[in-house]
Amino acid sequence: MIRLVWLAIALPLAGFVVNGMIALVRPRARALVSLVGPGVLLGAFAVAVGVFLELRAGAAAAPVVVELWPWLDVAELRVSLGLQVDQLSTVLLLVVTGVGSLIHLFSVGYMGNDPGYARYFSYLNLFVSFMLVLVLGASYPVLFVGWEGVGLCSYLLIGFWFTDKVNADAGKKAFIANRVGDFGVLIAMFLLWQALGTLDLRELVARAPALTAGTATAVTLFLLLGCTGKSAQIPLYIWLPDAMQGPTPVSALIHAATMVTAGVYLVSRMSVLFAMAPTGSLVTAGIGAVTALFAATIGLRQYDIKRVLAYSTVSQLGYMFLGVGAGAYAAGIFHLVTHAFFKALLFLGSGSVIHAMHRAYHATHSHEDAQDMRNMGGLRRCLPVTFVLMWIATLAIAGIPPLSGFFSKDAILSAAFARGAEQPIWYVFFACGLAAALLTGVSMARLMAMTFHGENRTGDAARKHLHEAPWIMTGPLVILGGLSVVGGAVNMPEAVGGREALAAWLAPVLEPARALWPLHLPHGTTEYILVGAAVAVGAVGLLVGYRRTLARPIPTPREAPPERGFARVLNRKYYVDEIYDALFVRPLVWLSDRVLWRTVDKAVVDGVLVHGGVFASRWIGRLGSRIQNGQLGVYAVLFVLGAVWVLHTILS
Amino acid sequence: MSAFLASIGYERWIIHALLAVPLLGMLMVIVSPAAWARRVALVVSLVELGLSLGLWWAFDPAEGGMQFVTRLPWLPAWGVSYYVGLDGLSLFMVLLSTAMMPLLVWGSWNQIDFKQRGFYSLLLALKTGMLGVFVALDLFLFYCFWELLLIPMYFLIGIWGSGNRFYASEKFFIYTFSGSLLMLVAIVAMVWLIGQATGIYSFAYDHLLAHKALVLRQAPWLFLAFALAFAVKVPVFPFHTWLPDAHGEAPTAGSVDLAVILLKMGTYGFLRFAIPFFPAVALSPGVSAIVVALAVAGIVYGALVSMVQPDLKRVVAYSSVSHLGFVMLGIWAATVQSVQGAIMVMIAHGLSTGALFFLVGMLYERRHTRMIKDYGGLARVAPLLATAFSITAFASIGLPGLNGFVGEFLVLLGSFGRFPLATLIATTAVIFAAAYLLWAVQRVFFNPLSNPENERVQDLNLRELAVVVPLVAAMVWMGLYPRPLLRRTEAAAQRYVELVRPYVPPPVIRPAPLARAGEAGVAGRSPHAAHGEAPR
Repeated sequence: MIRLVWLAIALPLAGFVVNGMIALVRPRARALVSLVGPGVLLGAFAVAVGVFLELRAGAAAAPVVVELWPWLDVAELRVSLGLQVDQLSTVLLLVVTGVGSLIHLFSVGYMGNDPGYARYFSYLNLFVSFMLVLVLGASYPVLFVGWEGVGLCSYLLIGFWFTDKVNADAGKKAFIANRVGDFGVLIAMFLLWQALGTLDLRELVARAPALTAGTATAVTLFLLLGCTGKSAQIPLYIWLPDAMQGPTPVSALIHAATMVTAGVYLVSRMSVLFAMAPTGSLVTAGIGAVTALFAATIGLRQYDIKRVLAYSTVSQLGYMFLGVGAGAYAAGIFHLVTHAFFKALLFLGSGSVIHAMHRAYHATHSHEDAQDMRNMGGLRRCLPVTFVLMWIATLAIAGIPPLSGFFSKDAILSAAFARGAEQPIWYVFFACGLAAALLTGVSMARLMAMTFHGENRTGDAARKHLHEAPWIMTGPLVILGGLSVVGGAVNMPEAVGGREALAAWLAPVLEPARALWPLHLPHGTTEYILVGAAVAVGAVGLLVGYRRTLARPIPTPREAPPERGFARVLNRKYYVDEIYDALFVRPLVWLSDRVLWRTVDKAVVDGVLVHGGVFASRWIGRLGSRIQNGQLGVYAVLFVLGAVWVLHTILS
Repeated sequence: MSAFLASIGYERWIIHALLAVPLLGMLMVIVSPAAWARRVALVVSLVELGLSLGLWWAFDPAEGGMQFVTRLPWLPAWGVSYYVGLDGLSLFMVLLSTAMMPLLVWGSWNQIDFKQRGFYSLLLALKTGMLGVFVALDLFLFYCFWELLLIPMYFLIGIWGSGNRFYASEKFFIYTFSGSLLMLVAIVAMVWLIGQATGIYSFAYDHLLAHKALVLRQAPWLFLAFALAFAVKVPVFPFHTWLPDAHGEAPTAGSVDLAVILLKMGTYGFLRFAIPFFPAVALSPGVSAIVVALAVAGIVYGALVSMVQPDLKRVVAYSSVSHLGFVMLGIWAATVQSVQGAIMVMIAHGLSTGALFFLVGMLYERRHTRMIKDYGGLARVAPLLATAFSITAFASIGLPGLNGFVGEFLVLLGSFGRFPLATLIATTAVIFAAAYLLWAVQRVFFNPLSNPENERVQDLNLRELAVVVPLVAAMVWMGLYPRPLLRRTEAAAQRYVELVRPYVPPPVIRPAPLARAGEAGVAGRSPHAAHGEAPR
C-alpha cells in the first residue's frame, strides 16, 4: 500500500480535472460533481488508512521514499518528484484526507445551490492534492510545490465569489502575504543547498550536524518567515481574517484544519535544524506566544462569527508555534491534530448557522448580515444539533478535561514552562500562553452566548425560516464532535494512565532533535499545578465570557453604538491593516508609479537620455547644415582656419 | 525515429530547409491572392514546424558541441562562409521559434484585416532572420541575420501596429540599430586583429574563439561593443525603454515574436559570443558587479513598474524586463545550475509571455482597448479566457509545477553561492511578480462586471483555443517534466561553464565538502562537533 501512496495525490488531482472540465463545459452537471468531488477524497482517505496500517505493522522500515520521476536534475543537483512516507507524514496524511473527506461531504449540502458548484469542488480537490504533496514531498523543491500550490488554491477559494471586490482583494492579499513567506523558504533552500549540497529531506537531516551554528540559525529564521506566512503568525497573519471571505467549508478545511498548520509541520520536519539553532527556536516560540495572546485579544471584539473563529485560529496556531519552538514537536503536532478536529467542527458549525441565517434572510428578502452574531441569539432552539456539537468544540478549545484540547494544550504549556529553567524568558512565553487560554475561553463563550443563547434578534419575519441543516451537513459535524471528545486519546499522557501513543509513534522522526536539545517535562506536584492552572484559567474564561455577554441586552448592528476606547482599537484589529498599508503598500505603489515609472523611466531614461540623444544628433546635424550654406566667403574662412591648424600641428 | 531521420539524411539538410522554407513561403504569399495569404502562411508554418520536430530526436544530448554543421564558402576573399550549426543552447530557441509560427498565423487570423499579403510575407521573412541568428556560426552571417530581422519588425509595428506605432517602430529600430552597428565594428576589428596575427582572415566562430587570446589588449572595447548591442536587445535596464513602446504598439504577432524570440537573441548573444570571446573582461569583478547589479535592478524595477501600468500589454512588457534579468543573473553566475536555469527561463518566458500576449490580443479584439480600467468581471462571461489567462499568469510568476518555476529556481539556486546579496534581492521578485500579475488579473477578470460592454464579451472560440491550449499544455508539461529539456541543454551549459571557469572567482559561500557532510550523518552529535572551527 505504501508504494501506492501516490494514489492519495492522484485521486484528488483526477477529481480536479474532472470537476474542472465540468465547470468549464457543463456547469449544471451537479450529480456527477457530488459523486466525484467527495468520492475521490474518500478514496484518498482509504489509501491513507492503508498506508498507515502497513507502516504500523512494520512491514516497511520508515521512511519509505517513492520516486515518481526525475524532475530537476542538473549536474550535482538531483531532485525527483519523490514522496516520503514516514510517521510524521502519515499523521498529516490521515488528518488531511480524513477531515478533508468530512468537509467535502459537508460542502455537498452547503454549496448545493451555488452556480459555481463544479468549480468549487475542482478547487477543493486540487487543494487536497497540493496539501498532500506538501506533507509527502521527499525533498524541499517538491514540498515547495505543495507549499505554493495550497497557497494558489487558498487564493482561488477565498476569491471564489470573485465578482465582489472584497473577496478578490482578500484572495490577492492572502497570496501576496504567503509569497512574502515563500521568499523566506526559498532563501532557506538556497542556504541549505550551498551549505550541505542536497535538498533531499532525509539527506538534510543526516547532514545537518555539518552546519555551522550561524548557518543553522539563518536557515531556521528564513524558514520561520515562510511559516509565519503560511500559518498566519505575526507579522504575516493579516491575510487569515480576510480569508474568511471564502465559503465556510473552505475556512474549515484550508484556513483552520490543514493548510495553516503547514508551518508547524515544516518546523517539525526540520526539527533537527531548530534544535541546533537555539535562537531560531526561541524566536519561533516567542512569535507563537505573542501571536496567541495578540490574536486572542482581537477576537474579543469581533462580531462576525467567522472572524472570531479566524482570530481564534491564529491564536491556536500561535500555541502550536510555542510548542514546536520549545522543542515539544510531538506536542505541537498533537495540538495540530486535535485543533483540526475541534476547529473544523467550529467552522462547520458556524457554517450550519450561517446557512440557516442566510436561507432565512433570503426567504424574507432581507439584506441583513447573515454572519453578524448581533443578528443571531437564541439559535439553540432552531439548530439543536449544531448547538450541542459547537459547545463540545468550545469546551475542547478552552481546554476543559477530558476533551481533546485539554491534553494537547496542556502538553504545550508544560513544555514552555519546562524551558523556563534554561532561560527565564520562557516563563513570559508561558504566561502569554496562559493569558491566551483565558481569552480564548472568554471569546468562545461570547460567541456561543451571542449565537445560541439569550433572545433571538434575527427579526420576526426571518425567524420562522431558521432550520437545522440537512443530514449531509450534520453528519460530518457529529463525527467531528466525536473526534473532538476522544481525540485526546491519541496521545494520552502517562499521568492519567495513557502511553503517549502519538509521541511514541513520531519518536523515530523527532529523535535526532530530541537528542540534541532534550526537554525535561515537569513531573509530580508541578505538573498537577500546571494542569490545574490551565484548566482553571480556561473554565474561568468561559464563565466570564458567557456571563458578561448575556449580562446586558445585545443591540443589533443597526442599533449598536460605535465602540469606544480600547474596545474600538480591538474592533479595528489594532489598525494593523492600516499601518501596513501606510508603511508598505502605499509607499511601494508611490515609488513604482511616481519615481520609477514616471520619473526614472519616462523622464530620465526616455526623456533625457533617449530623446536627448535624438535631439543632440539633430542639433549637430542642423549645425553642420548651417555651415554648409553655399556662401563662398564662409568656406574660404573655414579653409584658412583649417590650413592654419594643420600647419600648426605639423610644425609643433 | 532516429533511424528514420538518419535514412533521409535529416541532419544534412534540415538547417538549410528551415532557413529556406519561410523565404519560399514569403514568395508564395506574395504571388497568391490576398484572401489566401493567411492560409498559405499557415501551411508554410505547419510545414516548417513539421520539419523542425525531427530535431528533437536527431539532436544528440550527449554532445556539447555543434551538431548539424554545414560550412560552405560564401565570400572567400573576406573569409566569410555560410557556416551553420546547432547546439543545446540554440536548439530550443529554434524549436520555440518554429512552434510559434502556426500559432502566430492563427492568432492573427482575423486581427489583420488589410494588406494581408504584406503582413504574412513579412512574418515569414522575420522567421528566417530569427532562425538564422540562432544557427549562424559565422559572425558575418550572424550579423546579416541579426539586421535582417529589424526590417520586417519595423514594418510590422509601423504598419499594423496601434496608436503611437510610428514612434514605437522608429524607436525600436534606432535603439537596436545603434547597438548593433557597434557590434559590427567590433566583429570587423576582431577579425582584422586576429587575421593580422595569424594570417587567416575568417569570420568563423570557432576560429575567433580559438584565438581570442590575441585580442586580449583590445578586449575591453570589443566586449563593450558586443555587450551594448546585446544589452539593448535583452533588454538590460536602463536600455529597455524601447520595449514597452514596441510591445505595446505592435500587433499581437509582433509582440509575441518580440517576446518569444527577439529578446532571447540578446541573452543568446552573451552566452554564445560576448562572454566566451572575452571572458576575462566579462567576468572580471568590476564588470560582473555592474552587470549583476543591472540584472537585479531590472528584475525588481521591471516588476515594480509593471505593477503600476494602466495598459495591460505594458504590464506584460515590463514583466519581460524582470524575467530577462533572471537570465542575465544566471549567465553571469556561471554555475551549471544557473546557466541551465537561464536557458530554462528563456524557454519558459517564451511560452508564458507569448501566451499572455496572445491572450491580451484576444481581449483587444473583443473590446478594442488595452486599458485595465475598462475591464472587470470578465471571468463570469468568458470563463475559458479567464482560466487560460490565470494559468498563464501563474506560470509567469513562477508557481512551482508550471514552467516558470524551473528556470527561476535553478537560476537563483545556482547564483546564490556566487552572488548571495544579489540573489537575495532578486528573490524578492517572487513577491512583486505576484503583486503585479494578480492585481492585473483581478482588475480584468474579477471584481464586479460593471461595464455593460463587457457583458457581451465572447468566450474563446475554437481557433483561439487552438492557439492557447497547446501553449498551456506545454507550460504544464515543462513544469512537471522538464527533464527532456534539461537533458538536451545540459551538455551545452556544461561546456559554457567549463569555458569560463578559469575566469570565475570562487563562490562566496563555499559548499561543505560532501565527504565530511556524509560521514557526519550520525544523529545526536552536537552541532559543533563536526566542525573544527566552531563559530560562536
